[in-house]
Amino acid sequence: MTDSALPHAAPPRALVRSPLSDGEWHRLHPLTPLLRGGLVLLVVIGIIVANLRDRLFILFVPWFAPGFEDEAAEWEGTGDPIDFVVANNLYLLAALSVLGVLVVLIAVFYTSWRFHTFRITDDDVEVRSGILFRTQRRAPLDRVQGVNLTRPMIARLLGMAKLEVVGAGADANVKLEYLSTSNAEAVRADILRLASGRRLSDAAAAAGETVRPGGRVAALGHTVGREITGLIEGPEAPVDVPDSVVSIPVGRLVASHIVSMSTVALIAAAVAVVIGLSQGVTWILFGFVPALIGFAAYWVRSILRSLRYSIAPTPDGVRITFGLLTTITEIVPPGRVHAVEVTQPILWRPAGWWTIRINRLTGRSSTDTTTDQFTTVLPVGTAADVERVLRLLQPGVPDEEWQLIVQQGILGPGDGDTFTNTPRRAWWIRPFSFRRNGFRLTDDLLLLRRGVVWRKLAILPLARLQSLGLHQGPLDRMSRVASARAHVVTGPVYAHLAAIDRDAALELFADVARGTVRAASGDRTHRWAQEPDGTEPPVSPVPPADSAPAELEEPFAEPEQRA
Amino acid sequence: MTNSPEETADSSPVSTAIDESSGTFERLVEPRSENRLVLEAGVWHQISPKYVWVQFISTGSFLLITVAAMLVLALVLHQTWVWIPGGILTVILVWTLAILPRQARSIGYQLRDDDLVFRRGILWQRIVAVPYGRMQLVDITHGPLDRGFGIAQLKFVTAAAATGVVIPGLPQQTAETLRDHLIAVAESRRTGL
Repeated sequence: MTDSALPHAAPPRALVRSPLSDGEWHRLHPLTPLLRGGLVLLVVIGIIVANLRDRLFILFVPWFAPGFEDEAAEWEGTGDPIDFVVANNLYLLAALSVLGVLVVLIAVFYTSWRFHTFRITDDDVEVRSGILFRTQRRAPLDRVQGVNLTRPMIARLLGMAKLEVVGAGADANVKLEYLSTSNAEAVRADILRLASGRRLSDAAAAAGETVRPGGRVAALGHTVGREITGLIEGPEAPVDVPDSVVSIPVGRLVASHIVSMSTVALIAAAVAVVIGLSQGVTWILFGFVPALIGFAAYWVRSILRSLRYSIAPTPDGVRITFGLLTTITEIVPPGRVHAVEVTQPILWRPAGWWTIRINRLTGRSSTDTTTDQFTTVLPVGTAADVERVLRLLQPGVPDEEWQLIVQQGILGPGDGDTFTNTPRRAWWIRPFSFRRNGFRLTDDLLLLRRGVVWRKLAILPLARLQSLGLHQGPLDRMSRVASARAHVVTGPVYAHLAAIDRDAALELFADVARGTVRAASGDRTHRWAQEPDGTEPPVSPVPPADSAPAELEEPFAEPEQRA
Repeated sequence: MTNSPEETADSSPVSTAIDESSGTFERLVEPRSENRLVLEAGVWHQISPKYVWVQFISTGSFLLITVAAMLVLALVLHQTWVWIPGGILTVILVWTLAILPRQARSIGYQLRDDDLVFRRGILWQRIVAVPYGRMQLVDITHGPLDRGFGIAQLKFVTAAAATGVVIPGLPQQTAETLRDHLIAVAESRRTGL
């Protein structure tokens, strides 16, 4: 990235709606320390108090505990710090030191909050934090892969949210923890608007900020009340939410989890246990019960996570919301989806259910287990749902192609199949699925169809395909076939296809090489709303809304410090 | 570095520059079967024979150490079990050394207008095409032995880990020319992620 002449240029006022995204340094929400570390402190205090309950009872209300004096004498030799304090009458000193520790902790939390600032400029989002060791992290806006808003249960009750700007790289995310929900939504909209390269034209839409009634306490009470309602009702207050194009009934969600391979495994294990018990092997039960508990926990967690699922188009990309307790709302801008896979396990076939997973840059390190939930965009849905979601994910694809993808790619093969399938002579490489195993290359997409037990269709946009490999082993060569491997960013989508006719594979190789270059040169998604010819639409500036919460108004004016 | 920054789109000057720095293999070894994967057009550039020597020395010394350790353990310390793992390892290493010269001759790359094509393998053949615009970075590595023989390994990194284009055994001069060329063409065709 080359630095422009004005690296910290403030974004044009007409583009941003939130006073937080004016190019100056701002602080996070003042309750941040409480949520990030304070709760741990409270829990620790709670545990200490719970453990010392007897002692405190005796110390402060001794008349309920006759014989206390004798016991105090008895404690003297044990070396317990509280006994020591009691025995030596050091109450004042003890109280002072406890107070001192508390003050220091609060001071540390406070300063770390003071030093944790962020700013949003025309070109990037920056966060700097740390007192002794300053860290500064900057995410360039034209590489933004998405913006997530996570609202954990407790933060949600306080009306706060965690904003995560997803960058393109391992562990490349910029996190703003925490902002009030309305601020977070406004900042997210600003980031996406700036990243889109949109030039002021449609910034004219009215920016209606919600003004909270009453003072801070009343507002907090209001927030908690609203969030509890929201928990039950399910709206994404306080912004307008576009209607979801897919709704998953709770029944289907639960059923889809019951009818799954893990349930089959569980039943098999149960049968094994019953057989074992009937043979008098009782110890097997001790292994089975914990496994059962673990399975149930996994099951409940994954259902809770998928509840309240919604997916909807916005001008800045697809908005996906899910989670009952911890709500995650993410917006994936156009062109940030590197691969899509539609899957149907055989147990779901009678019900006609499918699931959709995508490969995208999640900006997390590869070991992060929470990545999984950012890759499933449709937990379970019918073929019609699948088509609607796919249209959102690949908006550039013409209508007649969707017909083809759904009819032949997902449900196929049928009559008039246009996929290039495995030749009959190579049936032994894919003995069950050779009739379905095939590919099709369109103008923008490479479709890989395979599998019978797990029916799968991988949809790879050529504009995001990194490279293509052909492999041929000795057995492949005997049958005059080859396997193709499309290389995309890491994710759950498996973009390999075995047993393609050798000539077809070479043709595919040449066509994909041409297609990717063409698609990449026509690709404008890194600034998705920018006019391709560079002309700027008429400017109609709008004064930014000035109803910011008071705590965030002052800019961070101190010079940058490094120690 | 003979490559000037102006020559970006046209790949022929760099091709000639690479060919002039001679001392690479002349003939590509491919599977004999007519069912093999063949690209019709294009010139395959190949790697330096010194790569075989470097690999020969490093694998050969590992083989010597393995055999020596095996003999000492078996004959001096009377650990008879060592014949099994030692024997397997020795066979694998000898086989690796035996196929090494042919394997090195099967490695090739083409600089086409818009992409780099890399191939390797005889029994298990592999061809990869990477558009220049997908390049995230180019890595050149050379160990002490490589430096002694004046060769280097060039790695072409994209956003996909599976791409795996690693060209070993390039003459040092070629590796640098190639790197500068790749960076220049990638810059002119950069695409978003």
